[in-house]
Amino acid sequence: MTRSDLAAAFDDGPALVSYVVAGDPTPAATAEYIDALVDGGTDVIELGLPFSEPVAEGTTIQNAIKRALDAGMTPDAYLDLVARIDADVPVVCMTYYNLLFQYGDRAGPAAFVSAAAEAGVSGFVVPDLPVDESGPLREACRAHGLDLVFVVAPTTTADRRERMLDLTTGFVYVQGRVGTTGAREEVSAATPDALAALQHTDIPKAVGFGVSSGEQAREITASGADGVIVGSAYVDTVADGVADDDPPSVVADRLRDLAAELKAGAARGVPEPEHK
Amino acid sequence: MSTNTDDTTRTDGTFGDYGGQYVPEVLMPAVEELTDAYERYVLDNEDGFVDDFRQRIRSFGGRPTPLTHAPTLSQRHGVDVYLKREDLLHGGAHKLNNALGQVLLAKYMGKDRIVAETGAGQHGTATAMACAALEMPCEIYMGRTDVNRQRPNVFRMRLHDADVNPVTVGSGTLKEAINETMRDWATNVADTHYVIGSVVGPHPFPSMVRDFQAIISEELRAQSREQLGELPAAVIACAGGGSNTMGAFGAFVGSASLPGAPAGTHEPAPDVDLLAVEAGGSRLGVDDDAGYAPNSASLSTGTEGVLHGARTKLLQTETGQIVESHSVSAGLDYAGVGPELAHLVDTGRITPTNVDDDAALAAFHRLSRDEGVIPALETSHAVAALDQYDGDGPVVVNVSGRGDKDLDTVIEASAANDIDAAPDMEVFEQ
Ligand SMILES: Cc1ncc(COP(=O)(O)O)c(C=O)c1O
Repeated sequence: MTRSDLAAAFDDGPALVSYVVAGDPTPAATAEYIDALVDGGTDVIELGLPFSEPVAEGTTIQNAIKRALDAGMTPDAYLDLVARIDADVPVVCMTYYNLLFQYGDRAGPAAFVSAAAEAGVSGFVVPDLPVDESGPLREACRAHGLDLVFVVAPTTTADRRERMLDLTTGFVYVQGRVGTTGAREEVSAATPDALAALQHTDIPKAVGFGVSSGEQAREITASGADGVIVGSAYVDTVADGVADDDPPSVVADRLRDLAAELKAGAARGVPEPEHK
Repeated sequence: MSTNTDDTTRTDGTFGDYGGQYVPEVLMPAVEELTDAYERYVLDNEDGFVDDFRQRIRSFGGRPTPLTHAPTLSQRHGVDVYLKREDLLHGGAHKLNNALGQVLLAKYMGKDRIVAETGAGQHGTATAMACAALEMPCEIYMGRTDVNRQRPNVFRMRLHDADVNPVTVGSGTLKEAINETMRDWATNVADTHYVIGSVVGPHPFPSMVRDFQAIISEELRAQSREQLGELPAAVIACAGGGSNTMGAFGAFVGSASLPGAPAGTHEPAPDVDLLAVEAGGSRLGVDDDAGYAPNSASLSTGTEGVLHGARTKLLQTETGQIVESHSVSAGLDYAGVGPELAHLVDTGRITPTNVDDDAALAAFHRLSRDEGVIPALETSHAVAALDQYDGDGPVVVNVSGRGDKDLDTVIEASAANDIDAAPDMEVFEQ
């Protein structure tokens, strides 16, 4: 199997995976934010396609999803936005299964995956789709050469973990703590244990849920992660900008700085010569 | 698929195309642990769990509930009408069958904390009662809007020492309360059990909740033979998520299973018509632009999708966003429905229908005036659907709950909607 562009994004040292919600607060602003995040050192963009029932999200991202939906974000507008991204990094679509299931004329994820491949999406993370129910989406992703990233949680049992490692492509999403998304000050004690349990796999391991600072990013890559996933910390920045009525360019500057801090932190966690 | 009843039956959690386990990975180990506990304790009666449940639902819950002949309704409709009286179960609704079963199961599983969602407050109240009786700490999530319109139930939950957490996101109703309870469960999954309030959610909930509730149809079958000398020609039940519905239908469909039932109780009875009555609200249809449906008729008018852990029929926009639903009855006000009901509608075993707010209000007054039973507004939809019944055999309406909780809503809505059958209350105004 050829290495996907998603897996390849982890080749040059610790990768920064940056999440924002598409259309929060407008599609044009999101496009500007993505450019800034990539400028700041982002290696993979994880772009949220907002769903009305985001059960895996804490309040920060719930509110962002509401802003995006209120402003009219739809699956088609999302694909338009992806198609317009010039930055040269892979885009992962992060959404809930019902939106994939509804798209097109026939029930099932095939139509959306096909349209997403065309728009330039590289893979999917679907938090309410455990490996057990992932057959149809896996099939559609395989048909279009896209990756499907599974989430390994702190509660995941050994047999479930091995099943996911067999089936995940691109990278494995290591959920750093129980609960929902949301920026935290500290790295959860569960993270090093989770990474230790994944020591035996070559698949890149990226840790998300709660990462908000360069120092946390350093700790995480020092524990053996190949990358960090950051969402709520950016989305908090976007929310502050909305609350203060700051122009998108000002918010974009803040996002660029935050990405640069996170990327530098992640790099500090691994000794220089150890770049893979 | 679960269609037979010998105790070697194991379901994979699907009903035709519906059902499944669509939850975040962090919850999957808990869902697997629960599936195992369901199979051992509920299906196999390990450690005498079901015996314990049956004893408690009698001594604490007040089962069996009667099957009451309704003479005036019978005359009105030209068939014998009977009422299965879940309004007389402790707490005033069928909800305790499930809540007591699940809280007891959580105890057997060694969990030490309970969370639950509630819409109208009936399931939250039943769960709080069961937790008080079984000494389990209990936290209830309830949408802000529902907290405001169901004050007495909030107070009841607090009386039982449950914590009530208002959920402010979105429209602040049942759908948001379920989301927030799932988030709590995802955070405290090691020691917490989520007592879901209807036959919805990931497997094993739809099967397990049905089995606890099927004690309704188990009794109903025996009472029919005794009092009618035959099985009823039809059973009518309202459907929100569908727990009283699957409770009233389960034994007739043959999918339900609870050890200790009298022989033959769960044998399929295909000649008994099963009518599931949803809230037609103020009108049918979904307003795509507004993301709103002025009804809660997911089973009779919805489309297939995935919500709250299961593939089922939903009220959603063309692109798959779940819409805000509406009903005068808070307990039916939900955009989804149990996956087994969706399947049984597709196979033709269950006939779905709906009744609008005004017809339900009129039926509320009719049952109160003519039979001396004040039904819940949810139940009132099932009573109103008697107008759609054209068979000539005896028919049973499942009275899923009593209407005391709804009096404020009924007085207000009856005046606003000009419901003829409503008593004149104006003379009492100062
Ligand atoms: C009295 C009563 N009937 C029916 C319902 C609807 O729930 P279900 O469809 O699960 O029976 C409720 C829910 O609150 C209720 O309180």
